[in-house]
Amino acid sequence: MLRTSGREKVLRYALMLLVLALTVGPFLWQLSTSLKDTTEDIYTSPPRFLPQHPTGHNYAEVADTIPVWDYAFNSLKVATAAVLTNLVGAAMAGYALARLRFRGRRAAGLAFVLALLVPVESIVIAQLTLVRDLQLNNTLVAVVLPGSVSALNVLLMRNAFAALPYETEEAAVIDGANAWQRFLRIALPSVRGTLAVVAIFAFMGAWDDFLWPLIVLSDQHRFTLTVGLNYLHGTFTQNPRLVAAGTVIAVAPLVVMFACLQRYFFRGVGEGAVKG
Amino acid sequence: MKIPAVTTRAGRVLGALGPWLFLLPALAVVAVFSLYPFLTTAHQAFTDARTLTPGRWTGLENFRAMLDDEQFWTALRNSALYVLLVVPCTVLLPLLLALLVRKQLPGVTFFRAAYYTPVVASVVVVALIWTWMLDDRGLVNGILRAFGAGPVDFLGDAWLLLFSAMALTVWKGLGYYMIIYLAALGNVPRELHEAAAVDGAGALRRFLSVTLPAVRPTMVLVAALSAVAAFKVFSEVYLMAGPTGGPAGQDTTLVMLVQRTGTGLNGRVGYSSALSLVVFVITLLLMLLVLRAGRVRGEAGHARGDDSHARHGHGRARREERG
Repeated sequence: MLRTSGREKVLRYALMLLVLALTVGPFLWQLSTSLKDTTEDIYTSPPRFLPQHPTGHNYAEVADTIPVWDYAFNSLKVATAAVLTNLVGAAMAGYALARLRFRGRRAAGLAFVLALLVPVESIVIAQLTLVRDLQLNNTLVAVVLPGSVSALNVLLMRNAFAALPYETEEAAVIDGANAWQRFLRIALPSVRGTLAVVAIFAFMGAWDDFLWPLIVLSDQHRFTLTVGLNYLHGTFTQNPRLVAAGTVIAVAPLVVMFACLQRYFFRGVGEGAVKG
Repeated sequence: MKIPAVTTRAGRVLGALGPWLFLLPALAVVAVFSLYPFLTTAHQAFTDARTLTPGRWTGLENFRAMLDDEQFWTALRNSALYVLLVVPCTVLLPLLLALLVRKQLPGVTFFRAAYYTPVVASVVVVALIWTWMLDDRGLVNGILRAFGAGPVDFLGDAWLLLFSAMALTVWKGLGYYMIIYLAALGNVPRELHEAAAVDGAGALRRFLSVTLPAVRPTMVLVAALSAVAAFKVFSEVYLMAGPTGGPAGQDTTLVMLVQRTGTGLNGRVGYSSALSLVVFVITLLLMLLVLRAGRVRGEAGHARGDDSHARHGHGRARREERG
């Protein structure tokens, strides 16, 4: 066995703490800024890390400046819709690709692989034209639609279903169950882990997305949180406390979600990286 | 589990249509919002379409215009620089980080999770945090001033701004690629390390001759992923440098140019589509290039393996001769 010596341990912990300060420090600094009173000088040198008189005032004020809670609600709507459509769409298509025999299966699989090769950034302008032709521009529906079923999720689900043993389903076939019954009652419950991964990454992707909502939303009242924050930053940079409060509102739900569902986040990285 | 046979007529019809009904939602979304827009992009790249006018066929005119467009060359330079400078950092730093948190010491899972936080946060959030930290009166300059240095005008100088955005991209990706490396390191057989240690190899030697060859395929994968992502960079630079791309637009990236020319009431959709096509082609080439580079190196390693194999065979032959 390779043993960890005392000196190595000290060195490792020291380095780990240093990296911790570099990765999490900026978030804490932002939180601290958001809690600082308007009378407190935030530009001191050396910087003061803790607010002298912690206050929630900035959160109230950012809500007066931009409808930040409406934006958060818009983001929540978009993210929830993306989770549902991705779960349903990707699970169904993944099951067909992995388990059903029919003409054209290879072609269908190829369509998803091709879609995976097209970067969103290179088709946003065409997507905008399309959404405008459908008279959906400047709506939350348009924000959801292009990412409502991602090709990557379909292929993830396909792999999950393909990894299940055939025997369980064979028994059901003998019992006379059709494809839908096998899908809903046997296959789906066996891939709960991958479903969780798809749900979490769909939520995170939709909540954090910036380029597409920025392009498609022009009406201030319909902004999602990321576009709203960009707007806040552009208009009110003179008070960093407000921007800080806005960013804390935007990041808090995801940090909580991550803290609770950590292992699925890590699993998703492994599976997504292998396929993507 | 006993499942009753289908007896309803609806059930039988569904069964017959089966596979395609399963595929319909996903296939429709992918076809309408991914493949079709790609085809329109490829078509409009050869027209002079604008936001409100359909445009007519102009052949290679957009691409010719691109050659004379100074903005295009600036944007291409910035996106290419982004790849050149971000990818090496993204391949190496997360690997070192993974090696740091690899050992099962008490509390190490907490550190791993904490390092992942920037990945979870929206790019908009982290870009705004960095903008505030790098402000000429912000945290970083506050610390520098306390040591009697600075202030450094991170957000006012075109080059510093671009480098800051690159640092942000690397920082945001650290945790993500660390997890990929951790998975790969888990597959390195322990015995190899132990054998090398018994042979008297130091930590650095073990890293170079045991760990590095084992994670090489993962490094290629990370290089491919981050090269593609870096070339398509938009949000970091857009948020830190502003919609117009910093001083005199010097920090505009290619995707920022796509967004700027293609949107708005009088957007040059045709020209923007041509730029999009360039983004697509270069992204694809980058991916192929990195994967190919990885395969060539992999084959070289393989050849070396064959070589040692041959030597072993040789040894055996000689032994047999002697025997």
